[in-house]
Amino acid sequence: MSRQSVAKAHQKIQELSWEPAYHEPVSQYGTDYTFRKAQKKDPLKQVLRSYFPMQEEKDHRVYGASDGAIRGNMFRQVQERWLEWQKLFLSIIPLPEISAARAMPLLFRTVPNPELHNGQAIQMIDEVRHSTIQQNLKRLYMNNYIDPAGFNSSLRDFQSDYCGTIGRQFAEGFITGDAITAASIYLTIVAETAFTNTLFVAMPAEAAANGDYLLPTVFHSVQSDESRHISNGYATLLMALADEDNHQLLARDLRYAWWNNHRVVDAAIGTFIEYGTKDRRKDRESYAEMWRRWIYDDYYRSYLVPLEKYGLEIPHDLIEESWNQIWNKGYVHEVAQFFATGWLANYWRIDPMTDKDFEWFEYKYPGWYDKYGAWWENYNRLATPNGHKPIVFEDVDYEYPHRCWTCMVPCLVREDMVMAKVDGQWRTYCHEMCKWTDETAFRPTYQGRQTPNMGKLIGHREWETLYHGWNWADVVSDMGFVRDDGKTMVAQPHLDLDPSKMWTLDHLRKCPPLASPNVLLNEMSDDERTAFAARYVKGGPAGRPAPADA
Amino acid sequence: MTTTQDSPKTERSVPKPVFTDAEAGAQEFPDSNSRRYNYYTPQKRKQTHYEDVTVEVQPDPRHYLSQGWLYGFSDGRGGYPLDWTVLKAWGSDKPSPQRGPGTGGLFVKEWPATGWHEFRDPNEEWELTLYRYNSNVVRQVTQNVEAAKQSKAFEQWNTNWVRFVEQHVGAWMHVDHGLGLYLYANANRRAPTNMHNNAISVNSMHRIRAAQDLALYNLTLSEEIEGFDGSAHLETWNNDPAWQGVRDVAEQLTAIDDWCEAIFAANVVFEPLVGELFRSQLVQQASPRNGDFVTPTVVGAAEYDFAERDLRYTTAMFELLTNDKEFADHNKSILQDWAAKWTAQSLAAARALQPLWSQPDAKPPRFEDGLDRVKSRFSGIVTSLGLEEPKELSL
Repeated sequence: MSRQSVAKAHQKIQELSWEPAYHEPVSQYGTDYTFRKAQKKDPLKQVLRSYFPMQEEKDHRVYGASDGAIRGNMFRQVQERWLEWQKLFLSIIPLPEISAARAMPLLFRTVPNPELHNGQAIQMIDEVRHSTIQQNLKRLYMNNYIDPAGFNSSLRDFQSDYCGTIGRQFAEGFITGDAITAASIYLTIVAETAFTNTLFVAMPAEAAANGDYLLPTVFHSVQSDESRHISNGYATLLMALADEDNHQLLARDLRYAWWNNHRVVDAAIGTFIEYGTKDRRKDRESYAEMWRRWIYDDYYRSYLVPLEKYGLEIPHDLIEESWNQIWNKGYVHEVAQFFATGWLANYWRIDPMTDKDFEWFEYKYPGWYDKYGAWWENYNRLATPNGHKPIVFEDVDYEYPHRCWTCMVPCLVREDMVMAKVDGQWRTYCHEMCKWTDETAFRPTYQGRQTPNMGKLIGHREWETLYHGWNWADVVSDMGFVRDDGKTMVAQPHLDLDPSKMWTLDHLRKCPPLASPNVLLNEMSDDERTAFAARYVKGGPAGRPAPADA
Repeated sequence: MTTTQDSPKTERSVPKPVFTDAEAGAQEFPDSNSRRYNYYTPQKRKQTHYEDVTVEVQPDPRHYLSQGWLYGFSDGRGGYPLDWTVLKAWGSDKPSPQRGPGTGGLFVKEWPATGWHEFRDPNEEWELTLYRYNSNVVRQVTQNVEAAKQSKAFEQWNTNWVRFVEQHVGAWMHVDHGLGLYLYANANRRAPTNMHNNAISVNSMHRIRAAQDLALYNLTLSEEIEGFDGSAHLETWNNDPAWQGVRDVAEQLTAIDDWCEAIFAANVVFEPLVGELFRSQLVQQASPRNGDFVTPTVVGAAEYDFAERDLRYTTAMFELLTNDKEFADHNKSILQDWAAKWTAQSLAAARALQPLWSQPDAKPPRFEDGLDRVKSRFSGIVTSLGLEEPKELSL
């Protein structure tokens, strides 16, 4: 179709919507937002006559490349260090995608703009595309990559694994609670507009540098749909801004959504990009540099800041604090170190860092070696079983962290840990903002205003709780992270596939039982708890316990 | 003779290919040959591609979701509550594992824990199939309309037929659009498994596409036929008494809270009794007699969507529930009530459409004959599900 006819066609399909004359459509989701003064424009201007063939053509390219990768023996050049992290990523991401599809109906009744509903329906089916095309990519990896373990069990694994649970927020946050908070602000305004840049653009570039050109093929195809979703979000945001009563809620939701996305996405993608790569060229961008470009410049400065003049209260302080966390407080490094500490509770293999890696980290993040170098040397030393226990049980100057109740990433920047008794339970938080999210934002009143539609944080949010007092061999066995010989673990702290070098349940049997930090916290007396907190915040960096005289 | 010296070549900074030998089969070790998704049991002997990309993507606390849902609505409920429909699949009443300190994951060993997870879309729809199918439809429809334009086919239409198409064929686009968005797309948030919700979302796109097919066909006719009123369908939909019954039922369908009732009422009752009556017994029959060989190709695409794909998954979905080993009677009793309620409503809407049969110059087969045919087909659908033919069908 010509451009003119696309415009005419889009104009024509506006005739399809109608106001109910006899019965209102069912209203199943609530919002505390109002849209009394909303302007009504669909920025998408997409008609299915052109949409379906366009997507089919994109599919042709994706599947053609997939065939080519197999015929061209791509996996002879793929870095195992990289593909192992895809076991985590591709176990999580199909759920957020499909959850985004499920989120669209939350907006039908709450955003009174029939024109926009067309775009939301297209987003719904886009998301079905993303979820299934990603499952298919994982299937291809499982069939063609040297080690299928972790790919073959991925949708069991991620549902019980602590990393998978962190990632699951990036799905459940879309489909519950206040409809606008969830399906618009958290999903489209922040997750899709800001963080898909690192997820679907920056990360695939790193994949290509590690010999994997299928991830970019699939994810750039996915990202080409995201621009439509960003338009959906932008249109809804402008509608919300038109009503001043919404400004307070927008400010709340931007703060929550920004901070949670930063905590979750930067933790995961930062780790994949920095610790999953073998590309140590000095002029390749670090995650911090990518973040500065994609998130700070492209999203914050180019997208968010111009909205300030329309009354949007931008969380400048949190954006700067996120940067501070990444650049000054080593957030990504702390997370990667923790993932490696907890390798035995995962379902992928984590390659030790080498001198070449150390050199790169020191170049990109001056001072890195003094903080993290010795620990990674210990990780390397303890990688294959040789009479010792996994690193988490060995004396390597690392204190196992407490977990953040809100974002579920552990409280790794120790000085930022805060504690509160909420809903009758003592909880630790990785940062004041995560405490605010639980204590203040996800509540039925906000700054004196009734917010009856706001969602709730639920579930067993500290993974260790379920296994408090268990032997580690039983933990790993219960979660099913075991290979088909019934004893060799899926996870390994190295890439050597020689069975004699691989950890088994027998090694774990000799380890101390798992202790839940949160259970222990709640067993403490008030004095003990105060002393614990005072000491905890003096720990770090790199997980170091507080000095004895602290 | 002068010699030239090669200028020193600066090597570009790009990642270098490295031979890693990380392909399948390069080594033998535990799991090295475990190359299938091992977390689900296929419906048939072998796992299908469809199952691989669909099953278990939407988690369930009764299975692997040991930490439970993490975010809830204001009432504290998260995920996909089973009581979003009153129908039940076996295991529905069994409580979820109660996990807490030291319980472990309490993973359900006998899976599926509920009959809901037995459902598989017989169309095996996922992204590759849905785009292929719908692209083929829009291409074929576009080509049909284009060929008709080239051959001046619309010039054969008599005035009454032009009025019929602009008003009545046009009016149906609103049914497709309204249900596509507010019934089917809406229901894709409601069902307890990914298999259900994906099938429903594909159904939604069929209806929205069919609505747009009609709207864009209407646009072409406005450009091709002098005097064709491209907005007449709005007046018809809003005010024509013959259409108000259909509109009333369509709106009621979008007002249903229970997702199973919505799919059942729309696909088992309304579509056979009203949709197919309008499309197959009226438009498809009347068009050729009035010199129109184009409209049936547009309307026929939507008819195929329903008859060959949407009804197919719907039947598979409800057959499981009416044959459920624990709740078959419970389900049949409710479905029987729904069938009665929606049959009465749909038949009233169908009868209100009767004046349309007399509008074309060349008349289609009699309304009553068409109605008998769709009743007969409907009867076959409900009895195949193990339900009785509702008595409202003969009223």
